[in-house]
Amino acid sequence: MLDIAVAYRRYQFVGDEFLTWLWYIIERDTRLLNRLDKDLAALEIGNRMVFENRYRRDSGETVTVKGEEANMDEGLLALKKGAMVTEVNLVYRSGDQEWRFNLKGESLNISSLRVPESGKVETKEDIEGAVIEKIYFYEKILNLINGLFKYFIKIRVSNEWSSKTVPAMRKWIVST
Amino acid sequence: MGLLSPSVSITQYRVEGQLPTPVNEHFAAGLKKNIIADIDNDASEQTIGWTSFEDPYQPDFEGSRFIIDTAWVFSLRIDKKSIPAKVVKKHFNTEVAKRLAESGRDYLSKNEKKQLKDHVLTVLSTRIPATPHVFDVLWKYEEGMLLFFSNLKAANEALETLFTRSFKLRLIRLFPYTAGLQAGLKGTERDDLDQLKPTLFVE
Repeated sequence: MLDIAVAYRRYQFVGDEFLTWLWYIIERDTRLLNRLDKDLAALEIGNRMVFENRYRRDSGETVTVKGEEANMDEGLLALKKGAMVTEVNLVYRSGDQEWRFNLKGESLNISSLRVPESGKVETKEDIEGAVIEKIYFYEKILNLINGLFKYFIKIRVSNEWSSKTVPAMRKWIVST
Repeated sequence: MGLLSPSVSITQYRVEGQLPTPVNEHFAAGLKKNIIADIDNDASEQTIGWTSFEDPYQPDFEGSRFIIDTAWVFSLRIDKKSIPAKVVKKHFNTEVAKRLAESGRDYLSKNEKKQLKDHVLTVLSTRIPATPHVFDVLWKYEEGMLLFFSNLKAANEALETLFTRSFKLRLIRLFPYTAGLQAGLKGTERDDLDQLKPTLFVE
């Protein structure tokens, strides 16, 4: 196995491609999302996306699209110029519950994760129950992201990536 | 940032290897070996150690208080003293003036100035209390999965170092490459992962 620090830098692009692919799947293939997570009611782009062009020498541009009703035209324009999604805010819904979080491509780190409201901790005796409930909520998101990444990486190392996925994504980028 | 906070950050890890049995005892021993030390009355500028999740300022790893459901829940604590630069400058200048007056000289050598500065930092460090920073950890031993409730680089590095020192197990941070290796890829697929090059989505 490669040195960890070297591997982190060298394969940052895999995380960016994952988030770009995820946006494409959210827009064009929600059935896949339902297949990978039976409890999923919806997975949507939230209020923030960051685009970066790390791999073309003529552009180091970073574009951040913000706002509750974020207009993604600017993001699509960034994709058309060769940028990729490097960070995204996602909204996951299951039943009548909602999770919101940021996902960073290069690290797969999750930040600002807000889960459905859980019982209040008023005494020391409440802590154990609260932790169990929170772990359950966190694992919903971790299982979702890990499941999506596992699906993505298997396609990414296969011939399907260049023969089917990339052409379909190019078509989506150009046509939207 | 705490596991029970309204908004959390999570870094995922895989743990490779196993503790000797009985695992709970060995786990507790690993925590106790590197329990957070109090540095408020000594000259250390920083200390890093394990502490209790429920009471991070009174660490206690006796019994099985760190077990919640099927997980071990505990915390990493980093206590750091921050001495404002202007405070250091004031005390240093005072010491320099005192030394010059005592010696009757007009100047101090570079080495003398360095020694004085070290002395000032040591004295101030014993007088300034350390600020504690607590980061929760959840370890599902049977699943080889560990969650660290922070994305801060320094905190993650401190966790990785202290974890290895305490438990003699390998802690692997999950980012695209390592997550790819954990995704059940077969032999040739793992080679293909190593060979990946960036995709251009526009021609």
